[in-house]
Amino acid sequence: MTLIDWLLKDAPLATRREITPKLGFALTVLLAIVWLIPFLWMGVATLRPASDGINLMAELMPSLKPTLDNVRDAWEIGDFPRYTLNTMIICTGILLVQFVTITLAGFAFARLAFAGKTLIFYLFLMQLMLVPVLLIVPNLSLVAQLGLYDTLTGVMMPFFASAFGTFLMRQAFEAIPTELEDAALIDGASLLQRIRHIYVPLSMPSFSAFAIISVTSHWNDFLWPLMVINSPDKRPLTVGLSVFTATAEGTQAWGTIAAGTLMVIAPLLITFLIFQKRFISSFVTSGIK
Amino acid sequence: MSLAEPAALPVTTSASPRLHILKRFTTGFKASLPAYLLLLPSLVFLALFTYGAMGRVFVDALYQRATPRAPVRFVGLDNIAAVLADSAFTGAVVNNLVYAVGTAVPSIALALLFALALSRTNAVTSALRAALFLPVLIPMVAASALFLFIFLPNVGLLDYYIGGLLPVLPNWLGDSDIALYAIMIITIWKNAGYYMLFFLAGLQAVPEDVMEAAHLDGAGPYQRLRHIILPELKPTFLFVTVIATLNAVTQVDHVFVMTKGGPSNATNLVLFYIYQQAVEHYDIGKASAATLLTLAALMSLTALSFRTMANREGGR
Repeated sequence: MTLIDWLLKDAPLATRREITPKLGFALTVLLAIVWLIPFLWMGVATLRPASDGINLMAELMPSLKPTLDNVRDAWEIGDFPRYTLNTMIICTGILLVQFVTITLAGFAFARLAFAGKTLIFYLFLMQLMLVPVLLIVPNLSLVAQLGLYDTLTGVMMPFFASAFGTFLMRQAFEAIPTELEDAALIDGASLLQRIRHIYVPLSMPSFSAFAIISVTSHWNDFLWPLMVINSPDKRPLTVGLSVFTATAEGTQAWGTIAAGTLMVIAPLLITFLIFQKRFISSFVTSGIK
Repeated sequence: MSLAEPAALPVTTSASPRLHILKRFTTGFKASLPAYLLLLPSLVFLALFTYGAMGRVFVDALYQRATPRAPVRFVGLDNIAAVLADSAFTGAVVNNLVYAVGTAVPSIALALLFALALSRTNAVTSALRAALFLPVLIPMVAASALFLFIFLPNVGLLDYYIGGLLPVLPNWLGDSDIALYAIMIITIWKNAGYYMLFFLAGLQAVPEDVMEAAHLDGAGPYQRLRHIILPELKPTFLFVTVIATLNAVTQVDHVFVMTKGGPSNATNLVLFYIYQQAVEHYDIGKASAATLLTLAALMSLTALSFRTMANREGGR
């Protein structure tokens, strides 16, 4: 059985002789390889000794004398431990507050009847349509007025409420049978206790889907922290990497740039490779966020 | 005793209707109070950073300062007029349109190709999907750092491997005729894998038995694509087009890192223009006016597409 036969083993019998789908598949394989080349170069260039010179920098064949000098240089010049810490503080801070706001609001939309429900629902929906990135200018003046310019809290604050997360939690809570809640109600559990002990534990898959989307998007945020943060020691990874790249580009230290980039994206790539399925299904639900 | 009760009824109903409405409102409010308290934390932040920000854009667009420290004065629509007359802004709008079409069309076409080729799930297709999805995960800034070297003249990856095939080595990021297209390649590389996911999900909805029936009737792969798969994927196309358009306006970090809008404004996009006005020229009035125009354009686009999407869903 050849590879082609194996790949087609569950295609309808009549289609197995068709040429076009095979050409499409071959083209996709080719493009997937092209898609990986930047990552391949990053890995090879990170391990390449500086003695190979600039003319061999683009060579995709790994050097025979691999070295970790570039990683060490990037680590020392770039202050990456500090940047990583800042990014982690920003992502965790946003996520923790979001968990509270989206749980409470999601529950209200899923289980409670109240006056003006449709209107408030549309108010939330508007956030999805307004594209927060575009509101950087007014939000920067607000953050400055609140005295939060050049603070990590200022970076986090605009993201504390999430319409996408609220709708996700509403959907999850609606799927939970009311009988469970009724039982707790008879035992005299308060509203918050019911949310805490019944709804939240049963909605963990939705929370983790939201966490994946929230953390990856804020891990990658650049423009907003660039505007809010001024002190070098408060820079998140993305801003730090852009400054680092600009400096190292001047000295043509491409191996160091590759090493720095590798350090910035490694945590996300490793997590993705471990939880691949969960990442992909979360990103499908995130269509509009 | 039981006879006395009906007599008491007219008394309560004859109370002033206004009081009645007020009473109904307060009981309604009381019943809704727990819900409002649960919504409050979200609404506070939405009010500050979404609706408040919207209002601020409107107001700020009407005012102007002569110097960063001077008091603001009301200028009406002057800021809007100034932005529309600014050749840097109109240039950025044109660039952004070219950029939107030039990134959306190829990345959606590639996404469709990838999804069609990888629609069956097995170890090989999963690995290929993962490879195509990797760029989606990494920050645009990191992608820019890698592509800075790829596009580097003479010694960069592109020139090293395919430079020999070209008559003249182009300066990918330095030539104002090419730079915007170079930037577009990065966006296509980064987004095609994301849009692929939506097409993969959409392909699940194509009924297997209809495809089988088409076979038996002798429909070739092209005919099946044209008459069965593409009509079924219409909602996905619409949805992905909206996301791709939004991305073309908002996802412009690589312009900041790689070209700063240059050479000679060839890669200046609307969001970068707004940033320049606000942060480099301290011109909040002009920055707000440009934001307002962009928001209006984007919102009418999303509203229109939501409407077509709702109509289509409703029409089924």
